[in-house]
Order: sequence, then C-alpha cells, then structure tokens
Amino acid sequence: MDCQLDIFFLEAVLNGLLLAGLLALLALGLNLIFGVIDVVWICYAELVMIGMYGIFYVHKAGAPLIVAALFGVLLVALAGAILHQLVIRPVLDSAPINQLLVTGGVLFVLQAAATMAFGIDFRNLGIRFGSFTFADMSFSYSRIITFGVALAAMLVLWLFLSRTYVGIAIRAIAQDRQIMPLMGVDQRRIYLITSAIGGGLAGLAAALMVLQYDIYPQIGLQFGPLIFMICVLGGLGSLIGGFIAAFIISEFIAVGGSCFATEWGYAIAFLFFMVVIFIRPQGLFGGRS
Amino acid sequence: MLELTDIDAGYGAFQALFKISMSVKAGEVIAVIGSNGAGKTTLLRVISGLLPASAGAMTMDGVSLRDTPPHKIIETGIAHVPEGRRLFPRLSVESNLKIGAFIPAARKKFEERLAFVYELFPRLKERHAQLAGTLSGGEQQMCAIARALMSGPKLVLLDEPSMGLAPVIVAQVFDLVRRIRREGYTVLIVEQNVRQVLKIADRAYLLEVGRIKASGAAAELSASDEIRKAYMGV
Amino acid sequence: MMRMSRTAVIGLPILIALPFVVHQLFGGSEKYYLHLLIQILIWSFIYTGWSLMGRFGLTSLGHGAFTGIGAYVTVLLWNYAGLTPWLGIPAAILIAVIVALLVGYPCFHMRITGHYFALLTLALTEFVRLCIVGLRDYTGGSLGTQPRRYGDGLSLYAMQFEPDRVLSYYIALALWLVGLYVWWRVDRSMDRYALDAAGQDEEAAASVGINVTREKLKITAISAAMCALGGAIYAQYQMYIVPDTIAGLGVSLNIVFACIAGGLWVMLGPTVGAVFTQVLSEVLRVTVQGSPMLQALFGSAALALDTLIYGLLLILFIIYMPKGILGTLLDKREKASNQPPPPSRVVLR
Repeated sequence: MDCQLDIFFLEAVLNGLLLAGLLALLALGLNLIFGVIDVVWICYAELVMIGMYGIFYVHKAGAPLIVAALFGVLLVALAGAILHQLVIRPVLDSAPINQLLVTGGVLFVLQAAATMAFGIDFRNLGIRFGSFTFADMSFSYSRIITFGVALAAMLVLWLFLSRTYVGIAIRAIAQDRQIMPLMGVDQRRIYLITSAIGGGLAGLAAALMVLQYDIYPQIGLQFGPLIFMICVLGGLGSLIGGFIAAFIISEFIAVGGSCFATEWGYAIAFLFFMVVIFIRPQGLFGGRS
Repeated sequence: MLELTDIDAGYGAFQALFKISMSVKAGEVIAVIGSNGAGKTTLLRVISGLLPASAGAMTMDGVSLRDTPPHKIIETGIAHVPEGRRLFPRLSVESNLKIGAFIPAARKKFEERLAFVYELFPRLKERHAQLAGTLSGGEQQMCAIARALMSGPKLVLLDEPSMGLAPVIVAQVFDLVRRIRREGYTVLIVEQNVRQVLKIADRAYLLEVGRIKASGAAAELSASDEIRKAYMGV
Repeated sequence: MMRMSRTAVIGLPILIALPFVVHQLFGGSEKYYLHLLIQILIWSFIYTGWSLMGRFGLTSLGHGAFTGIGAYVTVLLWNYAGLTPWLGIPAAILIAVIVALLVGYPCFHMRITGHYFALLTLALTEFVRLCIVGLRDYTGGSLGTQPRRYGDGLSLYAMQFEPDRVLSYYIALALWLVGLYVWWRVDRSMDRYALDAAGQDEEAAASVGINVTREKLKITAISAAMCALGGAIYAQYQMYIVPDTIAGLGVSLNIVFACIAGGLWVMLGPTVGAVFTQVLSEVLRVTVQGSPMLQALFGSAALALDTLIYGLLLILFIIYMPKGILGTLLDKREKASNQPPPPSRVVLR
C-alpha cells in the first residue's frame, strides 16, 4: 500500500474532483431519461462511443475542434431521438425488463457496427493541452476544461429545466404523467425532446472524452456500468443524487487508484456502492421505485 | 357552449356512462351530482379527453371534441381541475402555474394572467416559491384552480373540489367558485357535497349508475323530496 | 405435463444415442459437432437456472457474476490450492449463493424490483468482473487462465474430461437433465405458486401468509447455484476461461436474451434459446470466415457481424415476440386447439 496523507494524496483527491465533472454529466443524461420516460438506456455509453468516433473523423477531416464537438452533440442528440422513436416507443408499455433488453440489443448493435466500420484499433485525437503545475501537483488542462464545460452544461440544463416551459413540462411529466394532456402538453413530444437532450448530453460527454481518452468500440463497457452504478447510488432518476454520487465515486476511484492499482480503485468504489445499497437500496436520494 | 349528445364511455368491458346528453351555456354554473361510482368523474374525464368516448357526440362552441387529440382539448377553452387536485408536488407554486400556461395562446398572456391569479388568490402569491406538495389541502385546491385559469379557459371543469377538505375549507372553496363565476368563467362542477353545490349552481344534473336520472334548475332539485332523502340526508 | 412425458419418452433415448448417430453421420468431424452439442447443453443448464428467477419477474442482469464465480473459484482453487474440483465446485457454489443472498436480501426486503433490481445486479456482475481482472496475478486478467492439466487431461480426481468428447457429452447431458429436473420440481412446488402470487401482487401475497422475501431468497439461491455449477463445468470442459465469456455484462445479456428468445415460462424454453443462440453464432461465424467478400470488406472486424445480427434479433424479438420462440409457438397451438391456457402461464405484465 502506498498511501500517505501527502501532496500526492491531495493531487489524487483534486483529480478525483475533476473526474467527477465528467461522470456527473454522464449520469445526468441517464437520470434525465429515466426520471422522465422511466426507461434505462443500457446502451448509453455506446452512444457516447459513437459520438467520440463522429467527432474524431470530423476533426480528422479538417474541421476545427469546436465544430467537431458541436457535430458530436447534434449527432448523438439525433441518435437519442431516433433510439426513442424506433426502439423505445414500441416497448414503452411492456415490462421494464423488455426496455432494458431492447437497449441491450442496441448496445450489441452499436459495438458491432463500430467494430466493423472502424476496426478494433485504438484511436486518439492526439490533442495535448499540457498540464498546469501547482505546489508539486500537476493537473492536465484537458481535465480542467472537461470539468469546467461539464459544470457549465449542467448549469445551462438547470436553467432550462427551471425557467422554460418545455423544461418545466419535462420536470412535471416525471411527477405526474397522466394529467399532462390537461395542461396541453403532448407527452410523446416531451419524451422525444427529452431523448434528444439525453443524447445531446452524451454527445457533449463524448466531446470532452476525446480530449483525454483513446477511442475504441468496446470503450462503453469500461465506463457504462460505472455510470449505472453512480445513478443507482444517487437514486435512479434523481438529478441531484447522480451529481453527488458522481463526486463520491470519483473520489474512491481517484484515491483508491493512487493508493492501489487502478482496477482496485474501481473495485473499492463498487464495494462501497454495494454496502450503501445494502443499507439503503433505493439509493441516496431515491424514493421507492 | 358545451354540448354532449348520447355519450357512451367505459373502461374496457365495463360501461360507465350510458347515453349522456347535457349542455352548458356560457356564464352558467352547472352541477353534476350523484353518489360514488355514478360516473361523475368519468364524465369529466371524457370531456377533457383523458378517457375516450365510445359513442355519441361532444362539441365545444361547435368544435367536435371527439375528433380533437386529448392534449389539444385545452385549446378549445376547456380547463380541467382533476379530482384530488393533482398538483406537481416537487414543483413550486409558480412553476405549477406556469405549466398551466403551456399552450402558446396562454404563454403570450402569462404575466398578465399570473398577476390576475395572484390577485384572486393572495395566499398563493405569498407562497409562490413553496413546493406545491407542502401546501395545505385548501391551498392546494386554490393552486389547482389557479393553474387551470392560467390557460385562459372559457369553461372550467371542477372535479370534486371539496373532497378531503375540512368543512371550513370547503366553504372557502365554494366561495372561490362564486368568485370565479363573477369573473366570467363558466363552471361545470362535479360534487358529492350536494347541499353546498346546489346553493351555487344554476342548473344541475343527477347522475345515477351512469345515466342522467334528473335535471333542472338547482333550486328545483334542491327542493325535490327524492333528492333530499337520498342525497342530503333529510 | 402429459405432453412432456411423451416428448421425454421419445426424446431421451435419441439424446442418449446421439453421439453414435453423430459418429455415423459426420465421421471425421464428429468432435466439432459434439463440441457444439456440449456447448448447447451446458449453456441450456445455465439459462434454465436463470429462468427460475426470470419467470417470476426477478430479472437479474447479474448472473454473469455467478457463472464467473463458479468458473474462477473452481479453477483458482485447483491451480493454487491443489483442491480437487470435487471440493472446489461446492466451494464455488457456496460462495455464489452467499453473494446472491447478500445482494438479494436487501433488495427483496425493501421490495426493489424492475429497473433498480436489474441495474443493481448489473453492478454486481461488473464488480465480479473487475475483481477477476484486478486479481490478474492469479486470474490472468483479461487474457484468461487455464486449469492446470492433470496428467493427460482425463482424470476423475481432477474432474477433467475434455479430450474425450463423448464422455464430455454425457456429462453435459446429465447436467442438463438435472437442470430440467430442478425446473420441474420448482414448477410443481408450493414455492412456485407463492412466487407467482407475489409476482402479481406482493401485498396480497404477504397478507395470506406468504413470506415473500424468504421465497425470493430461496429461488435466488437455487438459481445462483445452478449458474455457478454451470460456470464450473464450463471451465472444466473448455479448459480455458476468459472474463468476457464467462463473467460480466455481455454474459448476463446473453443469458437473458436466450431465455427470452426461447420462452421464459416453459421448461424447454431456455434450451430452445440455447440451441437458437449457439447455432446462430456458429452459423454466423462459419459464414463470415468462409466468405472472402466479408473478409475483404471488414477484415478481422467481420467477426463482429454475428454480434450485430444478434443485437438486431434481440431488438426485434423484444418488440415483436416477447414470449420467445417456444412461447409464441405454444400460444399459437393453443389458439388453434382452443384450449384454455395451462395454469403454469403467468401473464406478462
């Protein structure tokens, strides 16, 4: 064990904080979809993966990074809307397991399609922003940018959900679905918009991830289950819960990873998760499901 | 304004309404009374589109309601205050009112209507940032009615507004209905509290087991022996 | 049940005689066909184990954890502690059951169902996979590991039988039959009616004295034990295990897909699912490898084509045939003969 309360420990803690921004953003999309539509997109991480490939190729083709990022957001937003329209809608009224499985099918399809289209080689945008050193601690600029953008996006989303008519409708539909027509709200339209927003958030996460991580078809399996775990820990459907859970889990990963090997950081995070769920299965901020 | 002709409706194999015909003219307060299970709530749900009618015709100012998708019915000028209030518990009072103004026509007049509603219900203005789920029963009813008014309706459907409320609050709620009527709204009110509702209504329909058993001026029905024995405990 | 007996009377002798039929028909490549049959039988056993929970609405995405525990614990105990699988497998099963109960108890006690339950179990399977990969010094990490071959690979003590395909076949057949027997016993037991009732309305079930939590825990233990056993036998047969084929989310999804495809409420449903999925992936693999065009188009990535088709079929199945192949066929047969549905049918909520 390599764990002292020294500067490296602090560095790990702060890096954990930066990581939390990205994880919170990912959890946000998933929680939004679940809270509003009552569906879990098992393939959420794969949508991010598609976004990453999209951004990669558009940028390689010559577009500036910002444009590629915007393209990524729109691409996955569209993918989310299509996913809802074609795959989710037919099974909206069936047992929850059907919805999970159908998105599981999409998971396979997206992974396989990506493998066939892009091959299994790891790709990387090769963008280096350098790092920022402070008191013997070093933080990469990409992480800092990721954290900042993620936080900004969440702020924008919060404003949207609390100030605009559609945003309020989205929050309302999660609380009482049946009377929405009485307000003049077309439920199907709101679901579609929410799916697009969920996809857009995934696309934004993709844009941030290409700055730091390699792209390969199976990457979804690396962080997908982690995001589900974060959402369940915070209470599935709770935007606040997901946010807080993301920070808790990131700290476990970062600190655990620096004291032990990387896998153990994750394993300890999962273990913590299992313990909390044992005591409070509905998650930190969850109501009864 | 509102015309129902021979409306049938039900839940699956169970028919709840049989050949219901009624009309509501502008400015009236119409009461629909009857015991539990008579079909009163079903009637309102059919009008506002939450439940499809299986036969018959419904029009609002000439527009066929049966041909209108449920979420568009509010645009014909009908606002439904559902049974049990059904506020959005984790939204603030003001957010609840805002969602009431969702339709494009209402959005334009939002500020104006909000001010009007706050004047009508000062208590709501006080509590405008409070979560709707934490309001008292009477305040929730106020908020639910206010939310319906935000869409700028011509006809307000009130489903059992006195249900679950203490008698003192019930009196306040019926006062509210009087006030709304004075502001020019037409009201169709479904109630189990026969005594109170007949005091404020112009005309009333008696619903029994899904059929209209009697109808007429509220005063008439109020005086009828049959009704007094069956529904007012005389 | 009458139907079952007639099928059994005809089917069983055929299955027992099968290796010899295969030998006659396929001469030189019988090892390959036997291998296919063995895979089908072992996975059928695992799928049947899962279906014991799935049919009562307890849809777990975590059974990849139990197969993984079954496989890895057995192999590791053999490789590092020299413990014969005759003891190692029960140990693995015990561990799997304990884990299942540890996770199941809070879930059932707090009435966690549906999405929450599925995602919790998903987290469990991921946790197990992470541990397997993390312990790479022992488990070989993502590259997998092998049980140490004892002698020439044929040994009662080491429970190794891989070189003798025919023997392996009969072991797998016996395993499969045991699985069907367990399914049959559960189906006829009081527990089954208790769970059916609980599946429809937990409060009502509890009010007639059914200890819902205890019933669910019982069935979870049986289900986990079966999957662990299946995983262990798989390891002993394959003589090589890799996290991605025996543990993790992919395995869990495969299990559920096969059961859904085959039919969840019928005894042979999971088996039909296994036949379907194994044959499908073999056909796809052979087609892809035998097709110069596909190879040219996609290179090594062509192997992903079977996953693609798999995924598409899963989606189509869920949308259009949620009762699975067998379930839908049986439904059609009933409608044709106008019989009322047998009491073993639970309405798909």
